[in-house]
Parts: sequence; structure tokens; C-alpha cells
Amino acid sequence: MRYAWYPGCVSQGGCPELYASMVKVCSALGIELEELKGAACTGAGVLTERNPELADTLNARTFALAEQVGAPVLTNCSTCQGVMSQANAKLKADPKYLARVNQHLAPEGLEYKGTTEVRHLLWALVEDYGLDNFKAKVQRPLTGLKAAPFYGCYILRPTKVLGLDEKPARSRYLEMLIAACGADPVDYDGKFKCCGFPILTLNEKNSVNMVGTHTLDAKAHGAHCLVTPCPLCHLNLDGFQPKAAGLKGQQINMPILHLPQLLGLALGLSAKELRLNHHIMSTKAVMEMVNA
Amino acid sequence: MQVTYRIKRFDPEVDKTPRFQDFTLQVGENDSVLDGMIKIREEQDGSLALRCSCRAAICGSCAMRVNGEPRLMCKTRIRDAAPEGLVKVEPMGNLPVVKDLVVDMGPFWQKVRAVKPWLEPPAAKPEREYLAPNEAMREVVGVVACIMCGACVSDCTVWEVDPNFLGPAALAKAYRFVADPRNTDNDERLKSLTEYTGIWDCTHCFYCVQACPKDVAPMERILALRREAIKHGYTDHNGVRHSDSFAQSVKDSGSLNEGRLAVETQGYLNLPALIGLAPVGLRALKAGKMPSPLHHKRPGASQVKRIFNELEKEEKTT
Ligand code: SF4
Ligand code: SF4
Ligand code: FES
Repeated sequence: MRYAWYPGCVSQGGCPELYASMVKVCSALGIELEELKGAACTGAGVLTERNPELADTLNARTFALAEQVGAPVLTNCSTCQGVMSQANAKLKADPKYLARVNQHLAPEGLEYKGTTEVRHLLWALVEDYGLDNFKAKVQRPLTGLKAAPFYGCYILRPTKVLGLDEKPARSRYLEMLIAACGADPVDYDGKFKCCGFPILTLNEKNSVNMVGTHTLDAKAHGAHCLVTPCPLCHLNLDGFQPKAAGLKGQQINMPILHLPQLLGLALGLSAKELRLNHHIMSTKAVMEMVNA
Repeated sequence: MQVTYRIKRFDPEVDKTPRFQDFTLQVGENDSVLDGMIKIREEQDGSLALRCSCRAAICGSCAMRVNGEPRLMCKTRIRDAAPEGLVKVEPMGNLPVVKDLVVDMGPFWQKVRAVKPWLEPPAAKPEREYLAPNEAMREVVGVVACIMCGACVSDCTVWEVDPNFLGPAALAKAYRFVADPRNTDNDERLKSLTEYTGIWDCTHCFYCVQACPKDVAPMERILALRREAIKHGYTDHNGVRHSDSFAQSVKDSGSLNEGRLAVETQGYLNLPALIGLAPVGLRALKAGKMPSPLHHKRPGASQVKRIFNELEKEEKTT
């Protein structure tokens, strides 16, 4: 299996542990990553809001680069997935629009033909790789670990664009992967909700309140950690958890794992390889529980 | 077919906490979830409280959570909602429960009233009616379709943590008047919408877009209001600085520079806020995850810049 890997800005900025764990996990699974080094930021929704055509053009450029690689795009970020899915749907549905966008790619000798598919690691593992094949690679079953899924808005909604109308199980893939790792998925209200990151600098109190509400909710349901396929959720849930604890007036201490970190633990990789020590909220309790 | 309704019940005069009650009944192939609810009330339990009127997705009174998602019960077929013979019905979220499935819509209407949901046409009266170009009205019609059902508010993630937030329905309604060419006082409206509880408090979670049975897409209207507010010069806001800094960073290097984004959003002159960032920065530094201050350009950055220049120029000329 081979993908045109789009690591995204955050795994190359604030969450280097995601980049590292993604590389290790894919190599352990025998998934070949062809990194799209020249691709630009998706715009994370912010550029779409300012200037939709500009954002769609930058994403069309990424899709054209993937066509050159001859493989689907693989992301490790719910937000990148959402923004790219939306741009791709628009470009594929409207040939006139695609042609206009392509005019801006032409000076670079690029053209998007409309054939690229975009898949998050979460989808790729279940739909392309197969849960049974994954299970066959598990070396360290995470028995006894209670992990709460936290999906991130962009990989769920709108369901029409994110493919959930045809594949409703996509809203259960995290639970399925957690179980495939040998851990127990925790059900709680917060799993589909917003982490608050988009309003962090606009209304910090509300944003941090969301962090506190969902982490405490998961904790009340017995979770030892949260697992997320979105590094932006990670930035907020991990980085602003100390503030959330202050706001809520209670200890939270909830480790926030990136999806590849959880998978990597089950695949027998070391905590160091997965950079589990590069978090704001300590992941020590999780490592001890699974003997990593 | 036979189905079981699992209904959330709560009677404040009797119950301390809500409870679920199951009702099993025969329903028709094409019945709506609402048809079954009415049958339960008529045949099994007359005390079941629910709201409905038109039964045709027009009045907006039957919005409830069906299998956890806000839906108009009259517009949802039972065979789709209960493929395995079980459907869960709960009252909408974010609004106080009066009894069983009936919620207090007071806070909803209060927000709608707060955005001045009426036209303020120019003082000089035209001889006949006020004329509006078709195109402009086409934009507005999408919001006029709102039936005030509250489904979008039910799941709004900001309303959940901050009931002061004007919320998706009221903000969509505000857009309906801002976008109407016959309206005159957009400056005032946009100014107040820029304040706390308004357009910049939305967290872009898509819940309202997903929930709305009439495709009003409230979130998209909120984003359109943001663009309008900026056009009208209301730019002294972290939301605007955040967006500007984000765009500039991608334009300069092809990717996002998080350190720069954090500082530029607060504004270089906003010392207290910058000092507030320090603990977060220090914790990140300690964990070895502070973004490098030397933000490298991506290969292809010059092409990205070219695309930015071309499209920003096009935007200015249109
Ligand atoms: S997108 Fe904004 S208004 Fe809509 S539900 Fe989310 S926070 Fe509320
Ligand atoms: S915007 Fe849609 S969901 Fe919200 S009140 Fe109007 S019709 Fe209902
Ligand atoms: S009963 Fe009127 S909208 Fe459902």
C-alpha cells in the first residue's frame, strides 16, 4: 500500500510527536509513504472563510501533486481531511470551476484532473488495510486500557461531504481501532463534539471550558486517556488542559494520545519512538499500564 | 412493522431525574416517527408530552433528538430511524425541559429578538414597493426557509458552554437582514454582532449545518457575516488578526507558523495577553514541542505566493 502523504502543518510544527509516530507506525505496518513535501497548508478552514477560491486552489495543487505520485492522499489530521474533502467535492462537482482553478496551477506546469481521493489514516486502516490485518500485527495488546475516542468536527460533519452518509460506520472507526489494539473504547457525550481550538484566541474561556467539559466527561466514564485523529484537538485538549483544570477547579490529568501513538503502542513500539514524553499532560500512567 | 420507542421522560412534578420508558407498537411502512409518537399518546399513555402541529415539516414544532440527532419527527420515517426495530427519542439539547419532550423555547426566541429580526428600509419611501434585485434575494431566500424549529440550537457546541451565545438560528436570521438590499442600518447591526456572544464566538463545528432540516446552513451565514463585518471596517478583533496572520504565514512560507499566529492574534502591542501566552509557551518548551522560531519555507513556497497574489487580486477586482 502506497500513499501520497500529507503530514500537515501541525505535525511539522506544534506536534512533532505526531509526525514521528506516523512514520514509525506506517513503516511497522508496511505502508509506504511518499511525502508531499511541496504541498501548501490546506487553509484549515480559515482561508476558506476568507477566500474560498484561494483555499480551493491551494488544495487542488496538492491533489495535482498526488496525481503525479499516482496514489491517494493520506492525512493524519481531521481538519486537513475535512477541508480537503470539501474542496475536492466542490472541484469534482463543477468542471467549470475546476478549469478556472487549474488556470492558476498551469504556470507551474500542474493540472488537477479530478482523480485524487483523500483518506485519513483512520479511514485508510479500516477501509484499505483491514482491521484483521492490523490485528495480526499487534504485539502488545493494550489490555485493560480504557481509551476515549475524540474525533474532531471536521472528520464527521457535514456527513454528506465526509462520506458518512454512505459509510455511517466511519463514526465508529476510532472505537473499532481502539478495540483492535486490545483496549476498551469508552462511550461518552463528548466524542463527536468540538475541542474548542478554533475559538481559542477569540473566546478563550469558552474554548477552555470545552476542553474541561469533555476531558472530565471522559474521566467520569472511566477513561485512562483520550485518543484523537486530529492534532488541533490535541493542541487544545493537551496544551490547555492545565487552564481547563483551573477553570473547572478540579484535577483532570487526562493524557491525550494521537491516533498513531495508540496504534504504535499496540504494535510494540517504544514510548520514546512514539515521543510520548513530548506532551504537556503526562502520559506516564498510560505507559505504565501497558508496560511501554 | 413492529417498533419499540425508547422515550426520555421527565415530569418535574414527579421525577427527580429523567428516565427512559419503552413503548412497543405496530406502525405503517411509511409512517413518520411522529405518527408513532401520536399513536403512543392516543393508545398507550395520554400523559406523554410532545409538541407538533403541521405534520408536514412546516411549523417547526416537532424537533427532537432521534437516535441522538436533532430531527423533525414528522420529516423522519420510522423505517429509516429504526432499521432494527428500536428508536430512541429525547428532547432537544441546550434548552430547558418543561416536560418529557417539550422544551422551553424562551431562550431561543429571546436570541432571535435580540438581532432585530425586521427590515429597516430607507426613510424616503419609494412611490410603489421597495425593489430588490433577484440575485440578492436568491441569497436571502435560503435563510428565509428557516422554520424556527431550534434543531440547530439543540446541538450547538458553544451554546452548551455559554448560553449567552446568540446561536445559529438568530445569527442566520441576522444575516437574512444584513444581506437584504432593502436594509439600511447594516453598520449598527454588524457592529453589535462583532461583540461578545456574536459572530466571532462560533467555533465552526458544523453541528448546525448538519442539524438543519431546511438547509439553512447557519454556520455558513455566520462566516458570511464575518466577511461583511470586515468589509464594514470592524477589524479590531482577534478573529480578524488571527485570520490575517494565518493567511500571511501561508502566503510567505506555504505553511502555518503557529508561534507567529499566537502572537499576532493578540496584537504585538497587547502586553497583558502576550504575557498570558507565556505559561503555555513555557510548558510547550519544556515538553520539547515549541514550534521552531525559524519557520522554514516549504518547497514550492514561491508558487503558493504566486497563487495568493493572483487570487487576492481577483478578489479585489470583483
Ligand atoms: S458552527 Fe457555530 S453556530 Fe453552528 S453549532 Fe457550531 S458553534 Fe454553534
Ligand atoms: S436554521 Fe434550520 S435548524 Fe435552525 S431553527 Fe432554522 S430551520 Fe431550524
Ligand atoms: S409537526 Fe410541524 S414541522 Fe413537524
